[in-house]
Amino acid sequence: MTLNESLFKYSLRLGDTSLILAQRLSEWTGHGPFLEEDLALTNITLDLFGRAKSLLEYAGKVEGKGRTEDQLAFFRTDREFFNALITEQANGDYAKTIIRQACIDCFDLLFYSELAKSKDNTLAGIAQKSVKEITYHKRHSFSWVIRFGNGTDESKQRLKKGFEEIWEYTGELFEMNAVDEVLIKEGIAVDLSTLKTNWTKEISELLQSAHLTMPEGTYMHTGSRKGLHGEQLGLILAEMQSLPRMHPEAKW
Amino acid sequence: MKTKENIYSLLSEIPDPEIPVISIVELGVIREVVLSENAIEIKITPTYSGCPAMKQMEDDVRKKLQENGCTNITITTIYTPAWTTDWLSAEAKLNLQKYGIAPPEESSTDKSFLLGKQKTVTCPRCKSNDTAMVSQFGSTACKALYKCNTCLEAFDYFKCI
Repeated sequence: MTLNESLFKYSLRLGDTSLILAQRLSEWTGHGPFLEEDLALTNITLDLFGRAKSLLEYAGKVEGKGRTEDQLAFFRTDREFFNALITEQANGDYAKTIIRQACIDCFDLLFYSELAKSKDNTLAGIAQKSVKEITYHKRHSFSWVIRFGNGTDESKQRLKKGFEEIWEYTGELFEMNAVDEVLIKEGIAVDLSTLKTNWTKEISELLQSAHLTMPEGTYMHTGSRKGLHGEQLGLILAEMQSLPRMHPEAKW
Repeated sequence: MKTKENIYSLLSEIPDPEIPVISIVELGVIREVVLSENAIEIKITPTYSGCPAMKQMEDDVRKKLQENGCTNITITTIYTPAWTTDWLSAEAKLNLQKYGIAPPEESSTDKSFLLGKQKTVTCPRCKSNDTAMVSQFGSTACKALYKCNTCLEAFDYFKCI
């Protein structure tokens, strides 16, 4: 794989992961458990959409075929998306949304802090910006995990159930393929294997403060690095893409 | 032919679309004006990645310059250095306060705020220091929601980044 092709796919992977998570979180708009939380999640969603826009815009530029961020977002099929599987999982209740967010925020802060040192100036720039935002996101999701774990039996049970549902999708966050191999050599990509110890430590400490334990299961779902997804992504895309596909020339 | 100073002074007339008491120059999003023969390039940086006001700011810049006889305008988005509330001038902070938004209290180089150690935020209305954070996320990406325990009013705090 050429350097350019790898960089395109890497930017797509990061952009798609932000985009699909944002699209998922946006489902909470107007449905949050109370006003402040509704605002909090929509603010986080907005940061993620912004990050996705920057990354997909860059992917289009690297590809060099004149595709814009909108064309990449709205005119690709599910098999051409590389978002991590965890991002497309159904929101479930608020506890599940929050614990999924905590797992991703923890990963993202570690990941983007490293990507901020990338030799690719655009990726480094986007990462430096993102780190500031993710710091706020993480504080938000972590504080809610602790609150749910120390709340009522009901909130603790729901948190536990939510975590069990998303746990099997966390392993994939650390998967690498030929794209990473090419870019790590160039000092552009982050070696994901270096993040896992810290992530596991932080998440298990978080669980501990919420009176939960790490699940024992070691089975992990995989596929998104090859563009293989569950049926959920198809449904997300159907909703997200319907308008631009119906009116491809529309401008607003 | 316009000079850089001319351009900056035109841009200083453009208010922030969400917070009209400060200009986009005071906000610090205009990073550079590059003049070449018959062309103007304005480099801007987003406050937050997803700030919906950025598009509005770009449109406003374009319109303002066109109204003043400029042609061939390019607006480029740059990411480094990342925008920080440290770039708000003292005057801009004062204007924020007068408008009812508590300005950022600490420098972003002081990382304590990232660890959740909030410093005292003064109520922009009654100047009381007895305030509490309601939510880290407010009506726009750049603000957090606070309440004053003295005058009991809720207010926005321009959070440090």
